[in-house]
Formats: sequence, structure tokens, C-alpha cells
Amino acid sequence: MILEFKNIDTHYGDLHVLKQVNYTIGDGEIVSLLGGNASGKSTTMKTIMGVVRPTRGSVVYQGQAIERMPTAERVRRGIAPVLEARRLFPRMTVFENLEMGAYLRKRGPEFDQDLERVYALFPRVKERRNQIAGTLSGGEQQMVAMGRALMARPKLLCMDEPSMGLSPIYVEQVFDIIQEINKQGTTIFMVEQNANMALSIAHRAYVLQTGQVVLSGTATELRQNPLIREAYLGEMQVAV
Amino acid sequence: MTTFDLLLQQTINGLSLGAMYALLALGFTLVYGILELINFSHFNVFMVGSFVALFVLQAFGLSGQEVILTGLPLFGVLLVAFIGTMLFSGALGLAIERLCLRPLRNVKGPAAMITTIGVSYILFNVILLTIGADSKNFPNPLPVIRWKLAGATLDFRVVLIWAIALLLMAALYIFVQRSRIGKAMRATAQDAEAARMMGVEVDKVIVMAFFLGSALAGAGGLIFGLYYNFTSFIIGFTAGLRAFTAAVLGGIGNVPGAMVGGVLIGLIEAMGGQFIATAWTDVIIFSILVLVLVFKPAGLFGRIAPSKS
Repeated sequence: MILEFKNIDTHYGDLHVLKQVNYTIGDGEIVSLLGGNASGKSTTMKTIMGVVRPTRGSVVYQGQAIERMPTAERVRRGIAPVLEARRLFPRMTVFENLEMGAYLRKRGPEFDQDLERVYALFPRVKERRNQIAGTLSGGEQQMVAMGRALMARPKLLCMDEPSMGLSPIYVEQVFDIIQEINKQGTTIFMVEQNANMALSIAHRAYVLQTGQVVLSGTATELRQNPLIREAYLGEMQVAV
Repeated sequence: MTTFDLLLQQTINGLSLGAMYALLALGFTLVYGILELINFSHFNVFMVGSFVALFVLQAFGLSGQEVILTGLPLFGVLLVAFIGTMLFSGALGLAIERLCLRPLRNVKGPAAMITTIGVSYILFNVILLTIGADSKNFPNPLPVIRWKLAGATLDFRVVLIWAIALLLMAALYIFVQRSRIGKAMRATAQDAEAARMMGVEVDKVIVMAFFLGSALAGAGGLIFGLYYNFTSFIIGFTAGLRAFTAAVLGGIGNVPGAMVGGVLIGLIEAMGGQFIATAWTDVIIFSILVLVLVFKPAGLFGRIAPSKS
């Protein structure tokens, strides 16, 4: 078990966003979190990263409660985010963005190795390394965002909507690379609206609706679930 | 003097004023870039800085224009005076951030800005009540060396001010571009939440912005004293407001913008004083500010901040 949510409640003022939420994410898994807008997916991500503190419950990472731990300490222990809508530093170069991913780590052979790994996964990022990040296309920015997270050498990679706003070719590519990163040993927790793609690579998934987990299971089970087929997979076919 | 000579002379004067405004404007821009806070206490950190500089120079036995230093002693005295003043002003900025602004970090609305106005008045009155209302003669140990430049005069003092201001600005620019914490400052200014999730401790970045900005304000205070040969409890408001205008003119939050804005305001002040009338200086400066903002609301080098989702 790398990460566990135990009965997590999160509030924004009076707004009750996450309601008694439980997740377990095993070492080496790809776990996907499905749900529509305002279901609490992004709040889940922010709760993992410590940008939002839960009002009740416990977040356990590698056997240790971390819900009161500062964000920087979580990053140091191996949790790295790929943020919704990329959120690159738009006026810094691609390389500087990658450097920011490794902010808490020393320069040296490990940094160089990770840089080589990122460049090998994303040859495009290497080509663009001296360009200002804000001038890249959406797909290229997504690759920089993923590369930036990998520069933290994470044990747990938390991805918020990696397919958002990308053309279908890029979506395919991004999901291939997510699988590749997972095979190299990184656990992946991925929030997605694109249920079809998410379930095609995930081992397990949770479905979140207005702050509550309404369904969970293996990806194969969920793909056959009538509710999922109607509400998520069907919806995606119309949208595409 | 011919019109050309006057233009040349006022360019020289304007660049000196501009160097001082630019140093001061950087403090507004660094803090605003990260906190989106207009820090009005900066006005009087500058003023306090000029008094600290005065005391440091007096501690060397310098007063008025009686003692002239050259060579190594001059270099040593100036080095100690600049470092001492900048460290003290920097520490003052840190204290203001830690004691008055950090407790308000998560308070929405104008509370923090109003607090900076309050702190500004506290500094103003503390200096008025402890040191007095009369302006103080500022030591000027610089040798009088003048060069003729066509019909204009170039003072050694002016060249020295340019050199020091350029050195400080170049150092700041390189620091912000190259150092690890400088990059964290830029990242935080561009997307604070994302920077935090990379592991940046935003409080440290804010502390650094206050320290650097306040230290540069202190250097500006010393330069004010060297340039005008006096200092007074009242100098913070005029210089501070013009420097703030410079930061807005250049695009607040933008480091090179603050430098260019400062130089422009200095030149406008000098030219306006020469060719229109000194009394009209503020009317001219603020009219130009309004004009620029009407056509470029984000300032000359600024960007309209993209709305964050």
C-alpha cells in the first residue's frame, strides 16, 4: 500500500466537497479516479499534495499519516503532481520548468540521469528545452508537465486530467507514456474525465460523484458495469 | 547653454534620479510579483535607509563636505556604508514582513495593503520624533571631479551613482535569473500554487523578496543622500511615489520593467523641470502615467495576468 485515504472529509468553508472518502492505492498500480465536474476529483489531488487540508480523516502514505505534513515534505518523500491544465511556469524555459520539478533535489549524476530519462521519454521536450514554456502547443506542454513531475523522481505520480484539451493523437501518446512510466516502477493515481482511455490502462478505478465514492473495482469490472457504460463510456463516445 | 547642452545636462541629471528610482521601484515590483501586494511601507524603508547611511558615514568621522576621500579609503568607506545600509534596510523589510504582514497572509481584501500604509506612517513618525524635523546635512566625501561634455558637466559623483546602481541591478537580475531561490521566486510569481507543489516553500520566497527589495531601497536612500547632500524624514513620500509610478509604468511585477520605468521617470522629472517648471513635475509624471496606462493598462512591459482557474 503506497497511499490510503481513510474516511476523508474536506470542506471549502461551508461547502462539503469530499464526504467520507476511502481510497487505497497499491505499490506499482495505475489507479484511476473517474467523475464529472465538481465531483471532488481535483480536491482529492489537492488533499494528497497538502494544498488543501482535510477536516476529518487520515491520509496515509507509505504507512505514515501525512495529512498535516507540509507540501514540500510530501514532495521530498516522493509524491509529485502533474497538474490540471498543465500549469507550467509560462515565462520560464522548458528546461527551467524541468529544474523546478527537481527543486528539492541536489544537482548531480542523479539529476542528469533523470533528465536523460525525461528526454528519452519525450524527445520533443529535448528539442524544445530552450523555448519559453508558454509558447508550446497544448500537447507539448503536457509532455513538459509530465517530465517536470518525473524530475522529482516520484514514487507516486498524481495526474490531474492528463488528457484535458489534447487532440486524440496526443491523448493516445500521453496514455502510452503513462503506461511506460508505470512499467518503470512509478505508481500512478490519475484523475480523468476520459473514462474510456483511463479504464484502458488502469488496473483499478474509483468513481466519485458529488464528493462520494459510488463505485470501485478493477478496470475490467467497471468497463462492464451498466452504470459506467451509460454515464461515462457512452458520454465519451458522444463527446468524441 | 544651447538647447542641446541643456538636453544633455538634463539627461545626465535624469539618469541619476532614474538610477535611484529604479532601485526603489524594484522593491515594489519584487513584492507585488509574488504577493500581489502594494507595499507602501517601502516608501519609508527607503527613508530610514538614508538615515542609516548617514549614521554609518558619520561613524567614519565624516560630516558635511569637509572630509574628502580618494582611492582605497573612499572605496572602503562606500563599501561598508552600502553593505551596512543594505543589511539594515533588508532586516527592516524582513521584520515588517514577519511581524505585520505574515499574520495577514490568508486574509482577503485590503487589510495587508492598509497595514503597509500604517507601517509607513509609523516609520515616518518614529524618525520625525527621534531625529527631528529639520533636514540633516549628508556627508559627501567624494572628490570634486568634473568633466566637460560638450556644454554639459559630468560629475564624478554622478558616474559613481550610475556605476553602483548598474552593479546592483545587474546583480539582482543575475540572482533572479540564475540562482535556485531566484528561479523559485519567478516560478512563484507565475503560479504560486504550482510552485508550492514543486516543493517551493513560498514563505521563504516572500522573505527573500522583502529582503532584496528593502536592501535595494536602502542603497537608494544612500544614493539620495550622496546626490542631494541632505536627508530628511519626509523624503520617502515623493521619491517613493515616483518609484512606485516607475514600477507601474514598466509593468508592475516585471523586474526589467521597473528598471526602465525608473530611468524614464528620472528623465521625465529632469526634462520637465528644465523645459516646463519644477513645480509641475508631479503633474507631468502622473499625466504620462495615466496616458501610458490608458493605452497599455499593464504598463510598458507588463502582461495582463491571465485569470487563474
